[in-house]
Amino acid sequence: MIPLVPTQNYLILAALLFCIGMLGVLVRRNALVVFMCIELMLNAANLTFLAFARDRADSLGHLSAFFIIVVAAAEAAIGLAIVIAVFRSRGTLNVEDITIMRH
Amino acid sequence: MSAQLILFWFFAVFTAVSALGVVFGKNPVSSAMSLVAAFFFLAGIYVLLWAHSIAVFQVLVYAGAIMVLFLFVIMLLSLSEVDLGSGKMTPAKVVGGLAALGLFVVLAVVIGKAQLVGASFDANRLATFGTLKELGGILYTVYLLPFEAVSLLLLVAIVGAVVVSKSRI
Repeated sequence: MIPLVPTQNYLILAALLFCIGMLGVLVRRNALVVFMCIELMLNAANLTFLAFARDRADSLGHLSAFFIIVVAAAEAAIGLAIVIAVFRSRGTLNVEDITIMRH
Repeated sequence: MSAQLILFWFFAVFTAVSALGVVFGKNPVSSAMSLVAAFFFLAGIYVLLWAHSIAVFQVLVYAGAIMVLFLFVIMLLSLSEVDLGSGKMTPAKVVGGLAALGLFVVLAVVIGKAQLVGASFDANRLATFGTLKELGGILYTVYLLPFEAVSLLLLVAIVGAVVVSKSRI
């Protein structure tokens, strides 16, 4: 039997990562950096899945993480295309200046 | 303190520091490089969780493909300082920081009370747990339909990215 790092440690780390990502989404005004922070939050979700997979000795959590990585790749491709399109039409990436959907 | 715990703290501290570097980076390039570092340290955490295959995917897909995409976009847009917004504190930012801190406190309390299984691993389980053979065995039998759906999703993402970033939409 191998001594393990408690699963709580991993879950706390995932919560910390998620909150750092959320802080970035709320505080930063650059759309690209906001995007990177969303990737951080997705990684926190991944870490939670993997921590529970080891806690329960169940490989299905690994598959969930695998699917999250694939969906994150698709999301990055679409999101960055939107960022480029917005920058082309508005000339800015500041999320406070992109308010066309608000009116 | 076991070697595993030392490695956990090493990777955990550097992951958190790199993540903070993403949020507080002065320009998008330094944020992107901090994000690459965070992905690498997270891959180390995944190895500690015996998720070796996912750690490899993490480095290949996230640190490799997705971050190259980010850096290409930063390069294409050639952002000036004007686009980045000012760094001064506003009430909205203070509230955002408090909200993130509050969420972390709530999550920490919940995790502290969580009932965890703590399943034990014998040598046989450990030899197969999280290997590509085991993951592939489940992926190509029970989860074949989601797997194919994801391939369709990626196709849609490719077409969508091309359509959205065309010069006239």
